[in-house]
Amino acid sequence: MAPRALAATLDTLPPPVLPLIDADAAGPDELRDLYRMLSNVRRLDAAAVAWQRQGLIPGYAPMLGQEAAQVGAGAAVDATRDFVFPTYREMGVAYTLGVNMVDYMSTHKAIWHGGLYDPVATGFAPFQAVVGGSVLHAVGWAHGQTLNGVGAVGVDGGLGVGLAFLGDGASSQGDVHEAMNFAAILKAPVVFFVQNNGWAISVPTEQQVAGGSVAARAAGYDMPAVRVDGNDVLAVLTATQRAVAHARAGLGPVVVEAMTYRRGPHSTSDDPGRYRTLDDEKIDGGEDPLSRFRSVLLASNAADAAFFAEADAQAQQQADDVRDGVVALSSRPGSEMFDFVFQESTPTLGAQARQWREESEHV
Amino acid sequence: MSNALQNDTLESDREMASTPLVQLSMQQAINRALGEILEADDRALIFGEDVGVLGGVFRVTDGLQARFGANRVFDTPLAESGILGTAIGLAMAGFHPIPEVQFDGFAYPAVNQIITQLARMNYRSRGTLPMPVTLRVPSFGGIRAPEHHGESLESLFAHVPGLKVVSPSNPQQAYHLLKHAAAMPDPVIFMEPKARYWNKAGVNLSDNLTDSASDSGSVEGSVIARPGKHATLIAWGAMVSRCLQVAELAAEDGIELEVLDLRWLKPIDEAGLSASVSRTRRAIVVHEGPHTAGLGAEVAALVSQSCFDALRAPVERVTGFDVPYPSGDLEDEYIPNIDRILFGVQRVLEYRRG
Repeated sequence: MAPRALAATLDTLPPPVLPLIDADAAGPDELRDLYRMLSNVRRLDAAAVAWQRQGLIPGYAPMLGQEAAQVGAGAAVDATRDFVFPTYREMGVAYTLGVNMVDYMSTHKAIWHGGLYDPVATGFAPFQAVVGGSVLHAVGWAHGQTLNGVGAVGVDGGLGVGLAFLGDGASSQGDVHEAMNFAAILKAPVVFFVQNNGWAISVPTEQQVAGGSVAARAAGYDMPAVRVDGNDVLAVLTATQRAVAHARAGLGPVVVEAMTYRRGPHSTSDDPGRYRTLDDEKIDGGEDPLSRFRSVLLASNAADAAFFAEADAQAQQQADDVRDGVVALSSRPGSEMFDFVFQESTPTLGAQARQWREESEHV
Repeated sequence: MSNALQNDTLESDREMASTPLVQLSMQQAINRALGEILEADDRALIFGEDVGVLGGVFRVTDGLQARFGANRVFDTPLAESGILGTAIGLAMAGFHPIPEVQFDGFAYPAVNQIITQLARMNYRSRGTLPMPVTLRVPSFGGIRAPEHHGESLESLFAHVPGLKVVSPSNPQQAYHLLKHAAAMPDPVIFMEPKARYWNKAGVNLSDNLTDSASDSGSVEGSVIARPGKHATLIAWGAMVSRCLQVAELAAEDGIELEVLDLRWLKPIDEAGLSASVSRTRRAIVVHEGPHTAGLGAEVAALVSQSCFDALRAPVERVTGFDVPYPSGDLEDEYIPNIDRILFGVQRVLEYRRG
């Protein structure tokens, strides 16, 4: 199998209606900022795996190898008006949007399923454990932006865009078909951002996605699509910016398929040695997205070795700081089990909460 | 239903007397309520299969798209999971969706979104993403329909943390309970007894009804549909009118049956159940859904616990059977009928401790 980054491109997205930031023309400061984000995410991801091994957190779903896809996509989002609908492997997107990483990691410390961050304030929906579960929510939310009747082309700079994150595995779910069909019929401002990372736990894309590409399906919904090298952060950024601009202009949904590679295990409980070899990983994974971007920065004189050393050291420091925060995270009071079931609780639930309190305090 | 009111509802009786009753079928009452909801709340949206131009297969949404436009009342593709998932996203965007699933059995493809998402989003988000979604589901059997058009889903949904479940038994309740449900900040499964869509009754359209335990427009808890002293029949949806028929027949033999219309299947009105059965000392719960792990088991457990000393007989359950809902030709054999309910009454009345 050829390196996945070399997958043939597909691009049916028309030229942008709204002005676009040209990633290729990004200045050295922006490029260095992108590298810092990649490096921060890489270090934090590796740290989280270590925390699991140390017993600090019970589990984690690593995103090693998907940094360019996630940072590139996240950097195209305007968190003040867009809304990201993640799965359980979007730490890099959350980071890029500015979600507090201790609050994010709280879900992996088993403190609270959805995480402790505020989804409304951050524009990042609660951590989602159901594969494909939130894709339809992005469509509904985005249709709501259309119904709000503000932000059409030329007004307020365009619509808020819902970004649904999903993987090649999730693309097998019926909900993803329903979401794409609904979105296309409603002309909802949605970007379906697919990280095709080659694996759904142990099952390779070849056994998962008939035809090999989720982006190729878009034509059937009369939706434009871009398939992009998901390990090229600038390519992902540009593709996502174009897709967001298209949706923002009220022209309907877009599929972006970032061809990347899950270099690590599915989760800290997974053992990839049972379904692929280290050689497979080396060949299929292609060049590491961070080293690729380092080459780009060096070639354009946007950064030098000293910058990388400093950025990587700072990334490590940040990961250490997040670790301190995760260590300090305390359990939520048990009463919260009852507090958030409803906005308006019920007598039955109130009675259960009282009984829980009496009997747990007795012990 | 004028004979169905308790003594303690005289006040609302008087209020009803001063407000003209409008004769409406349940289908008309729900249609009217939906129109008023859309009128009063510009964030309310109605969508589902065929709810727009057609006005729904039961015409419950008749005329609403013409009145409020295709942005407020719209047809969706034929995909129930898509309807519910989109409703969740719209709620996240600040809307108040009132989606329709065309028939009870069509809710099954949406069960994943209902259970794993709708019911949990408020919890998962620590209250920052409320789900003010009222899901209308034409429910239960009795209309000789094809397979998957006669299901009783209340025990399934009542079991799911984060959902509230309600079923009106008459037009008056349908009108007021729907308006109440649509104003609630939590997800409500609104189970409409489709067999009762066309039965007309007086509806008091006033919003200023006292919230007493009467059938006059209160929206909380259960109501006593008919007072009695020898045993309590507990029912909801279309089974309430059947139990009222049973009570009428039993009265001819001098047996005074109380009929308690549970209405809210989650949360269950434990105090109302307890008050009634403490007086009558005998209880029969009647529902269309299958017997095993049906909602009757929950009701029986609650009654047994709260009325143990008062009970003169074990709580009886008269229910559907543990079989797939049968074809129309056999549904009268399946749905609790008058004879089967009377047998249940007989069992609790004749019970003697061994």
